[in-house]
Amino acid sequence: MADRVAICSAGQTKYSPDRCDVREGDLAYEAIRQVLDETGLTLSDVDSAVTTSQDFWDGRTISSMNIQAVVGAHLSHEDKVAEDGLNAVFAATAQILSGHVDVVLVVSHMKESQAEKALIENAAMEATYLRELGLDFLSTAALQAKRYMYKYGITAEQCAKVAVQNRANAKNNPLAQAPMDITVEDVLSSKILSTPIRALDAKPVSDGACAMILTSGKRAKKITKKPVYVMGISNCYEAHSPGERELADCNALTIAANKAYKMAGIKNPLKDIDVVELSEEYSYQQLMWLEGLGFCGKGEGGAFMDSGRTKMGGKIPVNPSGGMLSGKPNQVSGLAAAAECVLQIRGQAGDRQVKGAKVGLAHGMTGMCGQHQCVMILGK
Amino acid sequence: MSQVTIKLEDKEIYVYEGQIYIPNKYAAGTIGSKVLINIRDKKKLLGMRCPECNKVYFPARQTCVECFGLLDEYVEVSDKGTVMTYTMCNESTIAQPVDTPIYAVIQLDGADTGFVHMLGGVEPEKISIGMRVKALFREKEDRRGSVLDIRYFKPL
Repeated sequence: MADRVAICSAGQTKYSPDRCDVREGDLAYEAIRQVLDETGLTLSDVDSAVTTSQDFWDGRTISSMNIQAVVGAHLSHEDKVAEDGLNAVFAATAQILSGHVDVVLVVSHMKESQAEKALIENAAMEATYLRELGLDFLSTAALQAKRYMYKYGITAEQCAKVAVQNRANAKNNPLAQAPMDITVEDVLSSKILSTPIRALDAKPVSDGACAMILTSGKRAKKITKKPVYVMGISNCYEAHSPGERELADCNALTIAANKAYKMAGIKNPLKDIDVVELSEEYSYQQLMWLEGLGFCGKGEGGAFMDSGRTKMGGKIPVNPSGGMLSGKPNQVSGLAAAAECVLQIRGQAGDRQVKGAKVGLAHGMTGMCGQHQCVMILGK
Repeated sequence: MSQVTIKLEDKEIYVYEGQIYIPNKYAAGTIGSKVLINIRDKKKLLGMRCPECNKVYFPARQTCVECFGLLDEYVEVSDKGTVMTYTMCNESTIAQPVDTPIYAVIQLDGADTGFVHMLGGVEPEKISIGMRVKALFREKEDRRGSVLDIRYFKPL
């Protein structure tokens, strides 16, 4: 990249199944207050706010107005970008590299508890050929999971191991919504949602918000002793219809990752990256995303999981925070992944600290079967 | 507006039910209309061939995802195909046209892309990837120009 862009602070709410005690703006405030307090900045120091939220999920056709006041967007600059919060970091990075903006507040909020997931997702479907079928992201994910497991011989046990491991990791994360002591058997005997996906293979409904202050590298040195740099970032889309792509592969993720790796100078992800935070709405996705990111070959995600390398203390710990399966909202998840990487790289991750973590990978995704993929590399 | 009051520790929280109701129109376009009208009137399935890369899309579309070519060569694809993947929903949503649908991606003979639709007339445990299936159309008087003019795909 032309210059360095730094994350000066990252804040998150505790993730919760139902924050009926707050409105959207009040929820975002909790995360924003943290980053302003840590940096000593006020909203008047913020040159630009970049936010992500989703109108249908907010039940308002201008969801950014729910947070206008708390991001300082009254008589000031605010952009709302689509998809995951990592996309907002991407836009913020470009703004800072333009040289015209120095301090950017990135905010992502979501109250999944207030909306009808299946209907919003059905409304996301292409209208002529797909929507009338009543598809949603669960049924399409199930089509993807089945195809992936069939093509590469991935087992339900291997997927269940992800569900177990991530929720065990969450026990060391005070912000996690649903840490759990469960076994592979518990996952395999949980209720079927849509074959082969079971209840414990899926993330819970979650409310929460995440905020971040990004600045130029030069400015960051005046704000924090522990800047974490955006080393590389990119995104990529798959075809929309599940019929128009090979569902068992995530080529868009590979393209996004390779672009981010090139910017960051990552040659061998398994060797060069110390910690990975993924957005896995369903357990099979963690195996698939690890393939797409190049930590193992296509179809090797199950064996990679079996090898134990993704465990805490393993070669490449994945989702020390507990991941999306332990409760993180859509839209927020990728930004929260980056926030966890900031803590890890700063050495502030408490009981879940990955020893000596210097380089982190944050992943965000949105849409049916991981249609939109975003990858960021963070480092010292 | 109906309301629910939730007791949260010592606080009383007011939560109310609402909805945004906004009717919409969706143009199927020239190509989509031709596809749907052929299903309705002739039980014919029209795909589109890309002259550049020879890929046949079903349902027909105007641009090739691979080479950005503008497409205009309709080709009829078979009403028979192969199940590429499937899922059995265990719970229903109000968006679904039938209770607990079995969804599948079906590659129709003569097409290079998959068609997302439903399976029926089959015991769930007998479904497998690679299974051959055939479209079951609704009766003519029930067809209205929709992908749901195909009731489901059943085993051959």
